[in-house]
Amino acid sequence: MTTRRAAILGGNRIPFARSNREYARASNQDMLTSALDGLVARFGLADRRLGEVAAGAVLKHSKDINLTREAVLGSALSPETPAMDLSQACATGLETVVAISNKIRLGQLDSGIAGGVDSASDAPIAVSEELRGVLLEVSRATSVPQRLKALSRLRPADLAPQAPTTGEARTGLSMGEHQALSTAKWGISRRAQDELAAASHQNLAAAWDRGFFDDLVTPFLGVSRDTNLRPDSTAETLAGLTTVFGNSLPTEATMTAGNSTPLTDGASAVLLGSEDWAAEQGFEPLAYLIDAEAAAVDFVNGREGLLMAPAYAVPRLLARNGLSFADFDVFEIHEAFAATVLCHLAAWESEEFCRTRLGLQEPLGTIDRAKLNPLGSSLAAGHPFAATGGRIIATTAKHLRETGQKRALVSICAAGGQGLAAIVEAAE
Amino acid sequence: MSDRYISLANGPLKAVVKSLGLPAPARLRRFDAADPKGGFLTDPILVVGATPGGDELSTLLLANGFEVVRAVTPGHRYAALIGAYDGLDDPAQLGEVTLGIGKGIKQLSPGGRIITISRAATIFPHTTGSLTPAANAARNAVTGITRSLAHEMRGGATANGIVLDGVPMSAPSAVAALWFLLSAKSAYVSGQFLTVSSDRGTPVGSEEFAATGADPRAPLTGRLAVVTGAARGIGAAIARTLHRDGAQVFGVDVPAAGEALARTMNEIGGVAIQLDITAPDAGAAIAAQVGRPIDILIHNAGITRDRLLANMDRQQWDSVLDVNISAQLRINAALSELEAWGDHPHVVSLASTSGIAGNRGQANYAASKAAVIGMAAAGAEEFAARGGTINAIAPGFIETEMTARMPTVTRELARRISSLQQGGLPQDVAEAVSFLAGESAGGINGKVLRVCGQNMVGA
Repeated sequence: MTTRRAAILGGNRIPFARSNREYARASNQDMLTSALDGLVARFGLADRRLGEVAAGAVLKHSKDINLTREAVLGSALSPETPAMDLSQACATGLETVVAISNKIRLGQLDSGIAGGVDSASDAPIAVSEELRGVLLEVSRATSVPQRLKALSRLRPADLAPQAPTTGEARTGLSMGEHQALSTAKWGISRRAQDELAAASHQNLAAAWDRGFFDDLVTPFLGVSRDTNLRPDSTAETLAGLTTVFGNSLPTEATMTAGNSTPLTDGASAVLLGSEDWAAEQGFEPLAYLIDAEAAAVDFVNGREGLLMAPAYAVPRLLARNGLSFADFDVFEIHEAFAATVLCHLAAWESEEFCRTRLGLQEPLGTIDRAKLNPLGSSLAAGHPFAATGGRIIATTAKHLRETGQKRALVSICAAGGQGLAAIVEAAE
Repeated sequence: MSDRYISLANGPLKAVVKSLGLPAPARLRRFDAADPKGGFLTDPILVVGATPGGDELSTLLLANGFEVVRAVTPGHRYAALIGAYDGLDDPAQLGEVTLGIGKGIKQLSPGGRIITISRAATIFPHTTGSLTPAANAARNAVTGITRSLAHEMRGGATANGIVLDGVPMSAPSAVAALWFLLSAKSAYVSGQFLTVSSDRGTPVGSEEFAATGADPRAPLTGRLAVVTGAARGIGAAIARTLHRDGAQVFGVDVPAAGEALARTMNEIGGVAIQLDITAPDAGAAIAAQVGRPIDILIHNAGITRDRLLANMDRQQWDSVLDVNISAQLRINAALSELEAWGDHPHVVSLASTSGIAGNRGQANYAASKAAVIGMAAAGAEEFAARGGTINAIAPGFIETEMTARMPTVTRELARRISSLQQGGLPQDVAEAVSFLAGESAGGINGKVLRVCGQNMVGA
């Protein structure tokens, strides 16, 4: 079977905002629609029928069964544009890019949009399992006495609402506490984490200041820059924060609110197309999505850290494509926590990890810090879970185009011990 | 901010307004793409004056399906009264045509038009050439007649002139100017002159002039237009109107206005370009993001930083001058340098009546807007060489978010001191812009057209 290339043509996102602030009253559908509309306007696609739109959200209301389709219907796109929802925790956004790209590569689509959205402000709140059971039983009851009997089982505690958490279903530990275990295991220092966080803020601020995001971001609800961004962050100022994760571990706690991503609201979208379609529209490809690899680890039994799956996905992806770190100009490693990135880097530098866990003769190698997240990442921009993949893909594609660099490696860790990595190559 | 007084004066308070002699602004006849008559009135047109222009004009109107009469019949309504002054060489000859128009005024339809046709006069001694003082006097007299009639108009009627500067009435742009002035598209233009100084431009019939949307005859079909400051207000109206007239629109605005810009562009299938026009490389960035030759460029983006000069700081002065004129000069130069213009490029730049009359607290703004008029005049030669034009539009009081923030009394006064006794709408400015951006207006170059309802300011 012959395949063709899937071009990344551009992107759009709304500025990311810390939760419960500017976007507190915006729904996932509102934000995704706005991100789509900004993309449509940037490319003059109003009323056009595209092949398909794929997007998703991690924190999703049960009523949003057709979130992406509803956003398309509310957007300026033709209502004849089909849509699907996808979900892979924090890798959702990147997985939608992979899915649409694959359909383009197979000739099933000529054009499409991949995106994602998340709101930690407008989060779904569920009722307790006990209350849910009673309510279902009431609805099944056929007589008043039966209904009353069912209701009589309710206890006051059953009425407490249940908000979503970042806790893992199988361990009960929050993501931060899981990361703290890996941070301790790999001996990642507080200083190294704070330096990485400061670099993220400084890089992102510099990109904003030079207008890099002028054609990647459209303001929303009066917000025109990422609100989590602290341009004056330094390792020294970050060193003053108190630790929030790993405080109960025997090792020294190192993870703070400054070197962890905050809860964030936002949405992103990426325009993808075949080369022929792009040429017909007069759009110049920024880059191509070459390949992707997902991995998962056994964090439940403690064999591996929750957020370490990218450490496995990347070497498999490199091997399949016959590439090594030396072949990459840019490394976009999602900063769930500064320590997550540092654990991945340490693992790839570790002879023992690479031999015992990856089955490699030699370590994967060291990543030049100048090539790491050169435009900042989630520590500075914030991390609206499913929107992060679209942010990274559009940012890195434009960066490759602008700098004339050739190849970027993207990786995103996800809840459930998962990870997704992808290779992006510049258009010639 | 809607003008509630117009609704009252045409509704419940009509009798009160009349008995007290209060201003009685009419609801203006505006262009609507759905109008089967294409924005023209159907009553006959009275053409006064047995001149070559008058004869040409009658033939032209008849050929375009208008009914033409050469004398007033009592009891009849007239859509327009056209006075042909083009053959005159002595003020003594003015009376016959002028009084001929006068006879028809009481029979002019609501929203009707008076149009004078005259030869260009000059009040600059060294440019009068071989003109006799009497001939130049007669020509210049027409400006006084037209402007006075504009003041006398009621019921939404207007009076304007077409000035023939070395061209016959059959010149494409003189004909296009006639359609524009007869049409509802010129609703808020009164007491003004359109000077046609070359026979360039594509000939256009009245039906084609009114064509819109997917109709291939629409005046801007196949043209690519860039509009700065397109997110909202007058810029958004210009974008919509250029699109209505067939153009593919690229809207430019500052990144902070991106949400509104996206909304406006998606409404018209346009493309949003978020950039600051004062950036040194703005011209190149626009050319790159458009990626195709630019046929039409509308410099609409503008800011105000009002202060009495005694209180004005450097930043308030510099920012207004930079956005309102320097950025335009840089972008024009960059597009020329990059050869980014399409065939016959048309540039229309937004000036202001403040730039003509000056305005208290607006030394910076008035400077920048007067500068726009200077830029258009001096740029005419370069654009003519490219087969195109550069002109300025000077809006008067227009109902926008900006003027809605004016103090109530000041706003009321600004509305009523025009001959049409009301503010204009963004669409009124947009119609004039679209007309000058069209291929039929190729013979109008380096000029400024006021869209002000004959506001007293700067008159």
